[in-house]
Amino acid sequence: MSWTVILGLAAGAYAFKALGLLVLGPRSSSPRALRVVALLPPALLCALVAVQTFGAERALTLDARAAGVAVGAAAAWRRAPFVVVIIAAAAVTAAVRALA
Amino acid sequence: MKQNARVHADRPYARDAAALGAAVGVFGLSFGVLAIAAGLSVPKACAMSLLVFTGASQFAAIGVVASGGSVGAALGSALLLAARNAAYGVVLAPRLGGGRARRLLAAQLTIDESAAMSAAQPGSDDARGAFWWTGVAVFTFWNLGTLVGALAGAALGDPRSLGLDAAFPAGFIVLVAPHLRARRGRISAATGALIALLLVPLTPAGTPILAASLGIVPAILFAGTATPRLAGEDGTGTLPNSMDTDGST
Repeated sequence: MSWTVILGLAAGAYAFKALGLLVLGPRSSSPRALRVVALLPPALLCALVAVQTFGAERALTLDARAAGVAVGAAAAWRRAPFVVVIIAAAAVTAAVRALA
Repeated sequence: MKQNARVHADRPYARDAAALGAAVGVFGLSFGVLAIAAGLSVPKACAMSLLVFTGASQFAAIGVVASGGSVGAALGSALLLAARNAAYGVVLAPRLGGGRARRLLAAQLTIDESAAMSAAQPGSDDARGAFWWTGVAVFTFWNLGTLVGALAGAALGDPRSLGLDAAFPAGFIVLVAPHLRARRGRISAATGALIALLLVPLTPAGTPILAASLGIVPAILFAGTATPRLAGEDGTGTLPNSMDTDGST
């Protein structure tokens, strides 16, 4: 991978970040737009959770991650602290993998 | 100790930001290892983490290169994964404040973790603080991890053996929780997740998350007349779990 490609990738990635934060974001500051924008985090974050839990390349799969995330979700439901939730999820996933 | 307690009381997200940063750092290690395996030099691997700074895109790019794919394919798949950061920017912009220079710097730190941590905070001050703490923590650990991984090479294990790949979705569940208290948030979340899962087998990586933005459409259509539900306007009862329990642990 050449320096040109790395710098091109950096420029492209930064352009997307800046597009939202400096161009599109400041233009959607009407109360109505903010109401719509406030609905983006649940859509994006839940999609991220779903893909990171069940996604594998171009397929859906049920593996050790699902067990770990389920335990993490249960801990979150019981109002466990953030750190406890992520450690529980990782530990259960690692344990299931080790046993499999 | 006293200093620590004070920081926790003032910035309840600081510890969570550090924990996320540490988990990201372990993936930074594995990025460093894989980048070298894909034929990058140590300076190139480090430059990618410093300048590109979007984990999923970086893994995708070196993955395509390692499997003999074209430069175009590497750039295409990496940038498709980076596109969702534009949506995070739109969410962050109203509460981030600051002048133009500060925003240009903030843009580089706009990623999954900083956006999620910020969006989970009820107040604007905390939203801003959580963004910077998480962004800086993740940036620091990711780059340190990359450097160590690139230098130490394959001697390091796979972070998946520690189950850390499940730590991120579990963490995002905590961070999304405040958004699920309102019905429109739940509709948006469920639709977004469904769209993403349906698209995983059908589209290139990156597209499912990007398309999940459309989850807001049914939320607007079916619950659009409800009162504004910005996380910052909800008043009481919107504190994320981590904040509620922070003092007790």
